[in-house]
Amino acid sequence: MNNSIKNILSKTLVVISFSTVALMSNITNAQGNGRDTITAVGSSTVYPFSTVVAERFGKNTNFNTPKIESTGTGGGMKLFCASNAINTPDISNASRRIKKSEFNMCVKNGVNNITEVLVGYDGIVIANSNAASTMKVSRKELFLALAKNVPAKDGSETLVPNPYKLWSDINPVLPANNIEVLGPPPTSGTRDAFAELVLEGGCKQYSWIKAIKKQNKSKYKEICHSVREDHAYIEAGENDNLIVQKLTANPKAFGIFGFSFLDQNSDMLQGSIIDGQGPTFEAIADGSYPVSRPLYFYVKNAHVGKVPGILEFLTEYTSEAAMGEEGYLTDKGLIPLGEEKLAKVRVRVLTLSPLALN
Amino acid sequence: MTNSTDNSPETSAEKNSKVNTNMSAKDNSARVSTTLSTTSSTTEMVALSLKKRHQKERRFKSVGLFSVFFGFMLVIVLIGDITSKALPAFHQYWVKLDINYNSNWLGVDENLTGLELTKQLKKANYRKVLKNSIYPVFTEEPGKKLARKEKRQLFKLFSTNAEFTIKDSLLSSPENLQQTVSIWVRLDDDVDSYLKEDFATGQAGLRISKKQAQWLAKLDSEQRIETRFNISFFTSSDSREPELAGIKGALMGTLLTMFVTILVSFPLGVAGALYLEEFAPKNKITDLIEININNLAAVPSIVFGLLGLAVIINVFGLPRSAPLVGGIVLTLMTLPTIIIASRAAIKAVPPSLREAATGLGASKMQVTFSHVLPQAMPGIITGAIISVAQALGETAPLLMIGMVAFIVDVPTSIVDSATVLPVQIFLWADSPERAFLAKTSAAILVLLTLLLIINLSATMLRSKFEKK
Repeated sequence: MNNSIKNILSKTLVVISFSTVALMSNITNAQGNGRDTITAVGSSTVYPFSTVVAERFGKNTNFNTPKIESTGTGGGMKLFCASNAINTPDISNASRRIKKSEFNMCVKNGVNNITEVLVGYDGIVIANSNAASTMKVSRKELFLALAKNVPAKDGSETLVPNPYKLWSDINPVLPANNIEVLGPPPTSGTRDAFAELVLEGGCKQYSWIKAIKKQNKSKYKEICHSVREDHAYIEAGENDNLIVQKLTANPKAFGIFGFSFLDQNSDMLQGSIIDGQGPTFEAIADGSYPVSRPLYFYVKNAHVGKVPGILEFLTEYTSEAAMGEEGYLTDKGLIPLGEEKLAKVRVRVLTLSPLALN
Repeated sequence: MTNSTDNSPETSAEKNSKVNTNMSAKDNSARVSTTLSTTSSTTEMVALSLKKRHQKERRFKSVGLFSVFFGFMLVIVLIGDITSKALPAFHQYWVKLDINYNSNWLGVDENLTGLELTKQLKKANYRKVLKNSIYPVFTEEPGKKLARKEKRQLFKLFSTNAEFTIKDSLLSSPENLQQTVSIWVRLDDDVDSYLKEDFATGQAGLRISKKQAQWLAKLDSEQRIETRFNISFFTSSDSREPELAGIKGALMGTLLTMFVTILVSFPLGVAGALYLEEFAPKNKITDLIEININNLAAVPSIVFGLLGLAVIINVFGLPRSAPLVGGIVLTLMTLPTIIIASRAAIKAVPPSLREAATGLGASKMQVTFSHVLPQAMPGIITGAIISVAQALGETAPLLMIGMVAFIVDVPTSIVDSATVLPVQIFLWADSPERAFLAKTSAAILVLLTLLLIINLSATMLRSKFEKK
């Protein structure tokens, strides 16, 4: 018994020491040679597009396939702006434009040479099951249905806690169903965009609320961006597939998600018509559908030349075959920029012209 | 604390016996007063209560059986559901295409030979070859060309990987340049899903138009479509195209991460438990340590991820997304469980064993390692395996250290970028393409299989140590 245990112990010790040696040599290698794989962080909305480009880039060239992390726009910016050191990411995906505060953080940490790339557009849709009828709704009605506080019914300039229970309470034309909307939680970029484009879009149609903006910007934002908390708006988590499944099970409910999910599930779901325009590919591309947002990514120019393949990756990303009108990214649900804009973006990106925010 | 728990059953047993004697004394006095024969009445009473007691036993047995059965049913429903959803992921449809390697379409100079040719073949335009090879086959009337929209629809039938398949084929046998060759390529995931569901031939389906369905019917009638076992699910890595996505990368990442976790947490955990049980003096400091360890076991796992980011990555500068960092973070998570389980196992070794060994002149070290540890080993291994199995299914702490990422290259060492199986499941479940639903379930099955293997090996190891 004594011997066998000693045997096992000594064997374990040998294994441990061997693996430690292997481990150490690996680390010194990794640090000595810098990095040979492009790393990107950021938005989970841009993730499906960046990953497709990364995969093709890896297959078509001799460079490693870039590593794309899905951290959310804000989290990605934090990592990206940390410093110019080689172990920080080269690219940050964003489902909105970089904020002034984020840009200042970048500059403060020495990351002052970054290039902005406009990838394309993403529509946000309000959809329900195919089994129900298509809803025609305006942004003002959506604001009344989903905001925390809404203008009082009597037309006076006061805010009351949202009293509406049925869609037909807002406008008799709408169905007499309970207001039940499944959407993303506040941490999501989709939720930010929804609040900004739909809720604020409806909110500022009240001229007296719009007047508040000039006096007190934060109060205006609080009125227009707060979502009601009495179970009419249900936070369904970040998983859009879950929302799709719940919508097919409950034809009276509506869901809020990105256009690509509607595109992939068009046999089960239909997009609501907002302000007279349905969420079709063409309508989002030409801007007539009111709820679309631009998608970006940002490149750290200090890493170009240090990490192999960044310029080639940018070339692939902005190529006609990827971002163009019939590129493979459009198959994944990206709304392309249009020829002129793409040409401009391509020139700016390939010359790595630095971003300057005013 | 242990003393009190040891004592409590004894005291309650004593109390019970006291109550019993009291009661029997009362009964006896009652019986004496009624002047009935005491012996027969006791037998009667026992016989009467016997039925009731047996009934109680039967009732408990049936409740127990029901709960076991209920749990078992849940497991069967769960696994049955996952398996039924996963089945489509294990086979896929391929199509045979006649590819014409025309050098003009490729953009290659046909007079070249050797290295120069290979170089050009690597950069050639295979998309054009693929398109020009398939369009004529589907033209309805000779001389008439397909409309632009039809071309797009037709090209969408085939996997985006098709051009790489024909590229690899030509690179492996360059003599096929200027020849027409039959090559099997994958169909697109939408087509794959369509063929797996029961649609009438030529009928439009989910995401398949009537036109596309008719083309597929034509291909099928020419026996150009066949179904194959989806080997690439096990041999390839993550992909954004469902028909190409595999779990090899995630599986390797999981194995490497678990390797680090076991390597660090097992020796540390056992050493800590041995020290605390056998060597450490009993005082306030060790009590404090014990409380802290028990607390750590209940800390939410995401906290360890934050710690990993702040300390292991930011202070020590280890690479992001690496199994090494993932393993260390998971070690922090599993360590308390291993220590608690090991201490319980060590405590269960009878003191007589230690006393006998000490009596024969063995040193403390010899007693611990030659007698206590082997006796405690089965319990220690069980604890370690349970905590490792727990770590196997963890995603939250890995989010913080960058292991929730799209990584195509298969990791080969513990400092390469990697993701793990639960993360892969999470990422696929979040993808818009519907074919990923089957992939998700299939990956869950693989994870469950891995868990089963780990638990089985734990049982085997334990019985091996128990025999000794």
